[in-house]
Amino acid sequence: MSDTLSKIEKRTAYILLLPAVFLVFSIILFPIFANVWISFKEVGLKDIRIPEPRAKKIVKSIIDSSDEIKIIYKLRNSSLILDIRDVKFQDKTPKNVEPLNLDERCQFKSNVINCNFGNWKAKYKENFQIILKNKNGEKINKKEIKSIKPKLSGKSDNILLNTNFTLKNFKKVFFQNEFFDLLMTTFYYTFFGTIGSIVFGILAAQLVNQKFFGRTFMRSILLFPYVGPVVALAYTWELLLDPYSGTLNNLLLNFQVIQEPLNLLGQKYLTINFFGFDLKLRLALTTVIIFEIWRYFPLAFLFILARLQAVPKELYEAADVDGAGPLQKFISITLPQIIAVISILFMIRFIWNFNKFEDIFLLTGGASGTRTLPINVYEQGFTISDIGMGSAVSIVIVLLLLIFMFIYFRLLGRRADEN
Amino acid sequence: MKIKSLILYCLISSIFLFSLVSIWKVLSTLQGIDLENFNFAIILTLGIGISLINLIVGDKFHKAIKSIIFAILFTFVDGYLVQLMPIWYNIGIFGILIFYSFKIDKYNQKNLDLDHSSQTVVFEFLTLFGIVLFSFVILFPFYMMIVTSFKTQAALLINPLDFSINFAQDIKELFKSYFVIFDTYKFGRYILISTFVSVGTVIITLIFAIPAAYAVARLNFFGKNFLSTSILIIYMFPAIVLVIPLYTVFSQLGLRNNVGGLLIVYTATTLPVAIYMLQGYFKSIPKELEEAAIMDKLNWFGIIIKIILPLSIPAISSVALYVFMIAWNEFLFSLMFLDNPNSFTLSRAIQYLSGDAETPRQYLMAGSVVVTIPVLFIFVYFEKYLVSGLTAGSVKG
Repeated sequence: MSDTLSKIEKRTAYILLLPAVFLVFSIILFPIFANVWISFKEVGLKDIRIPEPRAKKIVKSIIDSSDEIKIIYKLRNSSLILDIRDVKFQDKTPKNVEPLNLDERCQFKSNVINCNFGNWKAKYKENFQIILKNKNGEKINKKEIKSIKPKLSGKSDNILLNTNFTLKNFKKVFFQNEFFDLLMTTFYYTFFGTIGSIVFGILAAQLVNQKFFGRTFMRSILLFPYVGPVVALAYTWELLLDPYSGTLNNLLLNFQVIQEPLNLLGQKYLTINFFGFDLKLRLALTTVIIFEIWRYFPLAFLFILARLQAVPKELYEAADVDGAGPLQKFISITLPQIIAVISILFMIRFIWNFNKFEDIFLLTGGASGTRTLPINVYEQGFTISDIGMGSAVSIVIVLLLLIFMFIYFRLLGRRADEN
Repeated sequence: MKIKSLILYCLISSIFLFSLVSIWKVLSTLQGIDLENFNFAIILTLGIGISLINLIVGDKFHKAIKSIIFAILFTFVDGYLVQLMPIWYNIGIFGILIFYSFKIDKYNQKNLDLDHSSQTVVFEFLTLFGIVLFSFVILFPFYMMIVTSFKTQAALLINPLDFSINFAQDIKELFKSYFVIFDTYKFGRYILISTFVSVGTVIITLIFAIPAAYAVARLNFFGKNFLSTSILIIYMFPAIVLVIPLYTVFSQLGLRNNVGGLLIVYTATTLPVAIYMLQGYFKSIPKELEEAAIMDKLNWFGIIIKIILPLSIPAISSVALYVFMIAWNEFLFSLMFLDNPNSFTLSRAIQYLSGDAETPRQYLMAGSVVVTIPVLFIFVYFEKYLVSGLTAGSVKG
C-alpha cells in the first residue's frame, strides 16, 4: 500500500516539476552547453541566417496577344556565403493555361509548374522566364497570376551544425584580446564594487538600526537605486556627470572646487599629484565603480539590517554595564554577529558584479578603460560580429564563475555545519 | 572636561554644520541663485564658535531662546557674506541653524566628561551626517531626472544649474516633453508592450513555479537534493553567458523581434528565484492540513488549488511583484532580441532614443521618469511584502 503511494508521489512530483525544469533547461542550461559548441567554431553574425532560395515574380503582358503573358522570376540565393543544394520550385497556374517552350529543368502537370534547379552557389542569381498561353484564346487575368506565390525549397548546410572545429577563438581570446588587461579591469570593477557596496551597506544599516524620526521612510529611500530601472538611472547619471552641460561639473566649477571640467566617464586616467608623486587614477573605471556601489549597496544594507535587528538587545545592555564605548560595541558585538552575512553577501555580490553588463554598457559602452569580460562578450559577438569569439569569452566567464561558486558553496556548507 | 572630547565635539559639529549649509547652498544654486563660494573657513569658525558658546552658556537659557539667538546670529553673518539673496534662502539657513542648535543642545560640560564621550560625539554626528548625506546622494539623481524632464532645451543650455521649474507657464508647455515622447516617439505603445511582457511573465512564471515549488517543498522523489542545489546554482548564472546561443537559436527560429520570445526568456530566468522563494514558504504551511485533504480524497491538484494557494497569497503576491519588477526593468535581452521599434519595451525604447545624439535630454529624462515611476510606486506601496521577500530570496541584480 505504502509502496504504491510513494510511487504515486514520485510520479506526481515529476509531473509537477516537468514544465519548469524543461523550460529552465532549454533556456538556461542548453545555451551554456551550446556556448561550448559555438566557441570551437568560426562563426560570424552573418552566418547565422539560414540561406533561402528566393524568387520575385514579375508578370508582364505581351503586346498584340492578350492570350499570352510573360512571367519573369528573379531567382536568387539569399546567402552571400553558403550554397543551397537541390533547389525545388513550384508555381501554380490558372485553369486552361499552359506554358510555351518550357525550360528543360521544369515539368508542367495539371496546372502546376515543377522545376528542379539543382545547386545554387552563394550569391547565385538568375532571371527565369516562362510564357503562358491560354488554350481557348481568352485573355489571361494578370492579377490572378500575380496573386499566386511560387514555393521554393532547398537544402543547405547550417554552419552551426557541421562538425568543423577550431581552436582559433581561444587562441584569440588569450593572445590577441589584451586578455590580461580585461581580466584586471574586471577584477578591479568587481572587487572594489563589492567591497564598496558592503561598506556602505554596513554604514546605512547602522544608521537605520537606530531610532530617529522618519526611519521607515529612510529605509524605503535607501532602496530606490536598487529597484529603479537600470536604463533610467544610468542615463540620469550620464547627464549628471557630463563634462560640459552636466550638473556635477558645473556645480564644482561654480564653487571653484575644480578649475576645469572633468570628463568623468570619458577619461581613462586622471593624474593626481600626491606629495610630489604623480598618481594615475583610472577615472572612468572609478566613476563606474561608484555608480555600481550607489546602485547595489541597498542589497547589502537590507541583509545586514535584517541581521542587526536580530541581535539580542541584552548583549548591548551588558556591554553598557561593562562600560564599553560605541566603537568597542561595534567591533566586539555587532561585527561578529554580521560577519557571516557579510561573507555570504561578498560572494553573491562578487559573482553578480563579475557578470554585470548593463551598467557599464549604458554608462561608457566599455570605452576609456572600462572594458570588462561581459562587455567583451557583447563587443566580440555583436560589434565585431564574431559569434565564435563571443562564445569563447563566455566560456572563460563560466569557468571563472564555477570556481567562485565552488568557493561560495564550500563557504555556505561550512556555515551550515557550524550551525 | 576632557580636552580631546572638546576638540572633537567642536570640530565634528562644525563640519556637520558646514555640510548642511553646503547642501542648502547647492540646492539654492540649482534654483538659479548665483552663489560662488562655500566659505569653508568662515562657516567652520562660526560653527566652532557656536558650539563653544553652547557649552559655556549651558542650561542658563531655555534651549528655544538659545537656538533662536544662534540662528539669527548665523543668518546675519551668512547674509552679509553672500549678500542680496532672496528671503527663502535666509529662511532655509535659519531653519538649519535651529535644527543644528537643537542637536548640540544636549552636550554640556558634564556630558563631555563621561567615559567614551569623544567616541559618542563622533558616532552621533556621523549618524546625523550619514542620514543627511545618504538621502541627498540617493535622491539627487531622481530629483534631477524629474526636474530635467520639465525644462526646455534652451533653458538647459543657458544655465545647466538652473533647476527651477516655472509653474506659471501653460500646462502644455510644462509637460511638453511628455507630450512629445507620447506623440512622436510612441511611448504609449511601449508602455503597453512593457506591461504586457511583465504581466505575462508574472502569470506564466507563477503557473510553472507553483507546482514545481510544491513538489520541491512537499514530495519525496529521486534527485530532490540535486534539484534544490541546481536551483541555487542556476539562479547565480548570469544572462550575459546565455546571450549568444539564445540569439543564434532565436534568430533561426524567427523568435527575435517577437514579444513571445522575450516572454519565454524572462519566464525561464525568473523561474529559479520564484521556485526558491515559494518552496521556502510552502514548507512553513502545516502538513496536517494536507493530510486531512488526502483523507477527503483530494488529489494533488486539488490540494494545491484548495489548500496551498489560499494560504500562501502573501508569498505569491510578493513573488509576483518581484517577477514583475525584474521583467519591467530588464534590459539585456530586450537589447539583444528587439531591433524593430514596433516591438520595443520601455527600457529598450529609452536606450534607442539615447542612441540618437540629437535627442534632447529632457525627452530622455521624461522617458526615464515614465519607466521609473511605476516600479517605485509598486515598491513603496507594497514595501512590506517586498522587503521580507528580498532578504529571503535575495533578488538578482
